[in-house]
Amino acid sequence: MNPLFQQPLKVVNAGLAGFADNLKQANGDVVALSWQPPALGDVQAGLDLAALIRHPLVEQANQIAFERYLSAQPVLIDVMSAAEAIGAMAQRKLILHSGPPIAWPDMCGPVKGAIVGAILFEGWAADHQAAERLITEGVVELEPCHHYQAVGPMAGIISPSMPLWVIENKTNGQRAFSNFNEGLGKVLRFGANNDEVLQRLQWMKQELAPALKAAVRQLGELELKPLMAQALHMGDEVHNRNAAATGLLIKRLVPALLACDLPMATLQRVVAFMTGNDHFFLNLSMAACKAMMDAAGGVPHSSMVTVMARNGVNFGIRLSGTGDRWFQAPANAVEGLFFPGYGVDDAAADLGDSAITETAGVGGFAMASSPAIVKFVGGTPADATNNSRRMQAITVGANPAFTLPALNFAPTAAGIDARKVADRQILPVINTGIAHKQAGVGQIGAGITTAPMSCFVEAIQALAQALPTGEPA
Amino acid sequence: MSVMHKVFANLYQDSVSLMQISAQISQLPGIEQASVVMGTATNLAQLRDAGLDNGCQAGPNDLVIAVRGEEAACGAALELAHQRLNSKPAESSGDGTPALQLVSLEMAAEQQADINLALISVPGDYAAAEAIKALHLDMNVMLFSDNVSLAQEKQIKLLAQSKNRLVMGPDCGTAIINGLPLGFANVVKPGAIGIVGASGTGVQEVSCRIDQLGAGISQAIGTGGHDLHEEIGGISMLHGLQALAADPATQVIVLISKPPARPVAERILAQAQACGKPVVVNFLGATAAEIARSGITVASTLADAAELAVALAAGTPAPATVTRLPTADREMLQNASAHLPASRRAIRGVFAGGTFCYESQLLCQQQGFPAASNTPVKGNSQLADIWRSQGHTLIDMGDDDFTRGRPHPMIDPTLRNQRIVAELSDADTAVVLFDLVLGYGAAAEPATELLALLQQNNRESGPLLIAHVCGTEADPQQRSRQIAALRQAGVLVAGCNAEVAMWASLVAHIQAEKNGEKA
Repeated sequence: MNPLFQQPLKVVNAGLAGFADNLKQANGDVVALSWQPPALGDVQAGLDLAALIRHPLVEQANQIAFERYLSAQPVLIDVMSAAEAIGAMAQRKLILHSGPPIAWPDMCGPVKGAIVGAILFEGWAADHQAAERLITEGVVELEPCHHYQAVGPMAGIISPSMPLWVIENKTNGQRAFSNFNEGLGKVLRFGANNDEVLQRLQWMKQELAPALKAAVRQLGELELKPLMAQALHMGDEVHNRNAAATGLLIKRLVPALLACDLPMATLQRVVAFMTGNDHFFLNLSMAACKAMMDAAGGVPHSSMVTVMARNGVNFGIRLSGTGDRWFQAPANAVEGLFFPGYGVDDAAADLGDSAITETAGVGGFAMASSPAIVKFVGGTPADATNNSRRMQAITVGANPAFTLPALNFAPTAAGIDARKVADRQILPVINTGIAHKQAGVGQIGAGITTAPMSCFVEAIQALAQALPTGEPA
Repeated sequence: MSVMHKVFANLYQDSVSLMQISAQISQLPGIEQASVVMGTATNLAQLRDAGLDNGCQAGPNDLVIAVRGEEAACGAALELAHQRLNSKPAESSGDGTPALQLVSLEMAAEQQADINLALISVPGDYAAAEAIKALHLDMNVMLFSDNVSLAQEKQIKLLAQSKNRLVMGPDCGTAIINGLPLGFANVVKPGAIGIVGASGTGVQEVSCRIDQLGAGISQAIGTGGHDLHEEIGGISMLHGLQALAADPATQVIVLISKPPARPVAERILAQAQACGKPVVVNFLGATAAEIARSGITVASTLADAAELAVALAAGTPAPATVTRLPTADREMLQNASAHLPASRRAIRGVFAGGTFCYESQLLCQQQGFPAASNTPVKGNSQLADIWRSQGHTLIDMGDDDFTRGRPHPMIDPTLRNQRIVAELSDADTAVVLFDLVLGYGAAAEPATELLALLQQNNRESGPLLIAHVCGTEADPQQRSRQIAALRQAGVLVAGCNAEVAMWASLVAHIQAEKNGEKA
């Protein structure tokens, strides 16, 4: 029997506020919602969403996906060239870029510039025009990094001879990859492709990569989650601030490098390069997050987000339960601060695979850890902790591997649930750099942005369509 | 004169708060017209029609403020609207960080796991989804919203059935669960009588009458008007009946509805008969023969349903029906009608409660006075122009035709009051009848404005006014206070809606006799 008459009545009021007031006046127990139409007010999407709320198949799938995410053990195991690490890149003239798939003519300035730079770096063409011809004629193919278990910041360009960090998830044996961080200023990831950029890339390939490969071999394996966790306690959120994590990484790499019998000059250049770049760890953070999210992928009916990525035009997400499908929308604007001399009109749209860090529960989700950069990306320390708290409302759970001292060591919110995003209209926050819209100018600011809602709405509709029919609702 | 607008992206507000802001802005000096609406296609078209659209681009989730007036005033109006929209104080969790605003049912359920009922009054387009969510969260549901399709209602109710949860509505205005008012409801004494009703005002009338008779109610469950439709099959009424049958606090059960589809009626009556408790049934407009069976007491009016239930609970004999008028009433009405010229013959009913209009039509018809209506019962005619009465006319001012874009007359009686005054000034009118509905959700002072209007009219030789006040002494508006005010203004106050209709019919008889007719 329905126990309603035997329980104290406790009401949640959605709609007219007067009804909640009446209940209060009558000494009733009532929770008043500030109700808003969910799923962007799309009625059919709202019904699809309703069918998914607390659906046992979705709940079960999310627990499986989340468990796989939690139990992932990303470990740095090697340094390889992209051609060695990714089979397809040895066979074809393939260049990977950040974000969801996008055709060459639609790409933004920095991504186009970076792709041209990569073609020149590979020696496939002698000049820009020839490089562009290779693309338009289809000789060089362009695909998202995410299609090959890889991630790259900003333009995210990976070409066959570039060195990659090789991360292995010890739990499932799967690998994830990321390119090396080139530092600040005129760099390929912001679309710069002049000689200075190309020479640096050559040096990274010829001297830095072999040295680091030797050091990693010397280290054996480097577990990345404990390092990230420690960095979170040292003021990083391991997306926009990696100063502590980079320091921790160098602490591990330098003794290994010293044990590798490298020429002193090499050693000096390698150490100088790493110590000169506070973002050196970012690409490892991203690859570790990619390994964790890939572990959660492919669980039928799961509404957990496994990818958030941007290509400078569109924002794309993937869900565990919808496999390789991308759900895309124009990227939201970045609210942030600009370097002197630059402003909103100079900014490219949100760009890069680095939102994989937020997808994995760090970055903007762990902003409470990083008071040092709150001014840059989120106002006050209170705003930062509020962001981290708010994210708890849209995730499957929390990750006890990553704790936030400012929130009394609460675990970070992790495992974005697309249902909750669409139902509660709380968008995932993403800490991000701002690229100049022209190729090669570089970073002109940093700030905070959000994933666009329509991706999530579209994704839950696809998920609802995949539910077995014959369910009561 | 200029037209200005402002769009707030992704800022949803319910239409009542928007209407309040619109009204406030419209009253600003220098403003000719103002509108604050969500940017749906329909609303944008309305803005265009009203000449308030100067190329405004907005989506359905965007809030649009549009004003026409002097340029400076327009700017100030937009600023005021902005302030009003942002004036919600941020809640604080005590440690200085603002608490997360609860926007969804699931969020509320996560924070407070003991929530067991969702009261949903969101716009109809979104209502079904919210009800489905509430059921998935194992809540019972009261769906106040209307405009939910029958197919969706069926889906919701089948889901509720599979989860053993109660769904009241869609389009359910009234319920009292565990002593608490949901939607429009009165403060009634607790007691042994449980009610399941397809009509909101019907439930209010019966529960108030029970209270007036000194008894009380255990639960009052609204089902919404479509529950007894063949397609739905009375799922909510059957669930309510079952729940009341199992409820130790309930001794007598009252069922209220318009006559359901035949197979649905059979199922309900069969379950009522088998439930082990006495059941009083008032299927408005059905004959006693259609309902009568052992264990079931047939009531011909809402008031009778209350009387019979109280008698059954107390173990006293069945009372006389309220439709048999005592001699004293007849004499009172003869006297009151003495001054009416014979030419005044028409009954005019102006109702806020749809069921009151329905029941009055049935009773007047039975007394020989078929009427026109915007919501005619079987045998009555459709009013050609709902804004103009013709002959005997009984109108439901709470019907969609009158409430589109306006609050229900139970909340804001302005339009209804104007109609009463219009009927009074019609030379054909012999008697004007109306209802005054009290309780939670209703206007705070429902009679004040009407009485002021009546004072402006010379009522020496005018038609009789007959009213009935649906409410209790414990209601915020206090029934006796409202009755005293009405009487003071010369209104004849009957004890229940059925009595109002009987009184009005008698007046019409008296007038017909003055014309030498036998009505």
